Amino acid sequence: MTDQTAPDPAPGLDPAEEYRPPRNQWLDVWDQFKTHKGALIGLGFFVFIILGVTLGPFLWTIDATYIDIRARNQGPSLAHPFGTDQLGRDTLARMIAGGQTSIAVGLTAMALALFLGTLIGVVAGFSKKLDGPLMRFTDLFLALPLLPLLLVIIMLFRDRLRAAFGPEEGIFILIVVVIGITSWMNTARIVRGDVLALKEREFVLAARSIGTPARRMVTRHILPNVLSPIMVSATLGIANAIITESALSFLGLGFPSDFPTWGRLLFDATDWLQQYPERVLWPGLAISLTVLSVNYIGDGLRDALDPRIRGR
Amino acid sequence: MLTYAIRRLIIAIPTLLFIGLCIFLLLDLAPGDPTAQLPLTIPPEVKEQIREALGLGQPVHIRFWKWLVQFIWVEPLNLFDFLFGTTFADGWPRIISWQSRSPVMDIVVQRIPQTLWVVGMSYVVGVLIALPIGIISAYRQYSVFDQVGTFVSMIGYSVPPFFTGVLVIVIFSVQLGWLPSIYDTTHRVVDWETFVFQLKQMVMPVMVLALQTTAQISRFMRASMLDNLNQDYVRTARAKGMTEQVVVMTHVLRNSMIPVVTVIALGVPAVFGGAIITEQIFKVNGIGQLLITAIQANDLPMVQTLTFIFAILIVLFNLIADVLYGILDPRIRYD
Repeated sequence: MTDQTAPDPAPGLDPAEEYRPPRNQWLDVWDQFKTHKGALIGLGFFVFIILGVTLGPFLWTIDATYIDIRARNQGPSLAHPFGTDQLGRDTLARMIAGGQTSIAVGLTAMALALFLGTLIGVVAGFSKKLDGPLMRFTDLFLALPLLPLLLVIIMLFRDRLRAAFGPEEGIFILIVVVIGITSWMNTARIVRGDVLALKEREFVLAARSIGTPARRMVTRHILPNVLSPIMVSATLGIANAIITESALSFLGLGFPSDFPTWGRLLFDATDWLQQYPERVLWPGLAISLTVLSVNYIGDGLRDALDPRIRGR
Repeated sequence: MLTYAIRRLIIAIPTLLFIGLCIFLLLDLAPGDPTAQLPLTIPPEVKEQIREALGLGQPVHIRFWKWLVQFIWVEPLNLFDFLFGTTFADGWPRIISWQSRSPVMDIVVQRIPQTLWVVGMSYVVGVLIALPIGIISAYRQYSVFDQVGTFVSMIGYSVPPFFTGVLVIVIFSVQLGWLPSIYDTTHRVVDWETFVFQLKQMVMPVMVLALQTTAQISRFMRASMLDNLNQDYVRTARAKGMTEQVVVMTHVLRNSMIPVVTVIALGVPAVFGGAIITEQIFKVNGIGQLLITAIQANDLPMVQTLTFIFAILIVLFNLIADVLYGILDPRIRYD
């Protein structure tokens, strides 16, 4: 990560290394990423899921809310590859629709958490005055019992936001915001630590000596260098957000039941566990495999973005 | 070390007070009214009296103070009375649940054994499985055992408990019929038969929770062992001619346990939080299930007290982790 702003020539390399044509560092990162088989498979699966939930509705045109009561409780068939539920709704269509919501919640909540975490981390690392209070604030958030609080907040504000933004958008906003503001703390801590270390480096001193204003210093010199921990915590953030949303839906405090998400589908399927145990499999597998793939991507990224490992 | 521990303890108190205030203010915004369910035939002035009796008429700060006194002073006094048969707490009002009109703490005390039994057992089992896996994975890095162990811990890390729980119910209760899917808390162990039944009904919730614990702690254990295995003191120990067992199990293990012990301490409150979901799946009537029913019934004193108990657990185990770190690692003494 450092070769963008601090190109140290590293004496002692063999001559062949020195005359290598300059390479984009992201190509190096990709080369290292490719060697991690799990991460590559994870990336492939994650892209497949994203394409599936975005392009899926165009290929599989049955409406997720269409009720065909005569075709209820069917097993897998050509007309319904994943079967149908107790109201005759097509499970594949509901999985696609549920995936859209789950992935959208995961990505937006992650973006919000990253934004908050990076902002607080950079400000705390950069300004001596705000460091103490902001880190106490972060510790305070880390000491909150998150799952109980999430449940309480959703119970309290669900009806109000539903009235304000409509039943689906209200819950979406609520869940995204609530997950976002309860999962930024680790990012903030990591970013602060890295910023504190970066501040002592020569290139920052050089930039300051030529009169770079604080704002440019952050955007031009600090942020690009803390990108790698941010990217790794982004992958963990997606996994965390998807699991939290599913857990909330599973506890009956997430989206309404006519608006499927993977967690909600799993929750609905547990009522039919005795009769149709295979129904829990699809949403459960979707959640687990998505989270697994995202975690593997994170693992691979961590190795690929670490210049000490990449050099080897 | 002692001054450090005391200082941390003193810092923990305002943290807890602030968290308590946050929870209180948050719940104060609740739109739910405990008298909303009462029949319409009750005249408004009687309704007002009921609200007064529930302590709803006063301003926020007085209610917070009253709750705080009840939680910190009256409830421990009641516990003291219960243990030693004294009557110090007579006449003090206790925190009353809006659902059952009985003291919140009595219900919590009824529920805690189930949670502790299932959650505590699963944590112990998880740690006991995780440590050997982590040690062997690190000692034989990149071996088949390591690959499999890393993969399994990745799965345990990624698959949420509400899927593993449902999955094991499908396999072992629905398909095979070996284990009961509902945890029977009224069950009493009196002889061998009942003991076997207790064991059977505990296997699934304990293993589901233990999988999560194992996944996290074995990763930490492996990383920590790997850090230590390449250190100079290990080479010295080997050069002195010590047996491999002494080198790994005494020298390396003791040093790598330092961060792992703190991680284990930090994980305890998280397991209580995760138990909310597991208790819901296996119908264990522990405190997690109590919290869910209280939330659904708008029972604010109960929700407030339970959330605060969770907060106390987190702060307490953070404190324990910090102090343990200082005790175990003489290089880090914070005075």
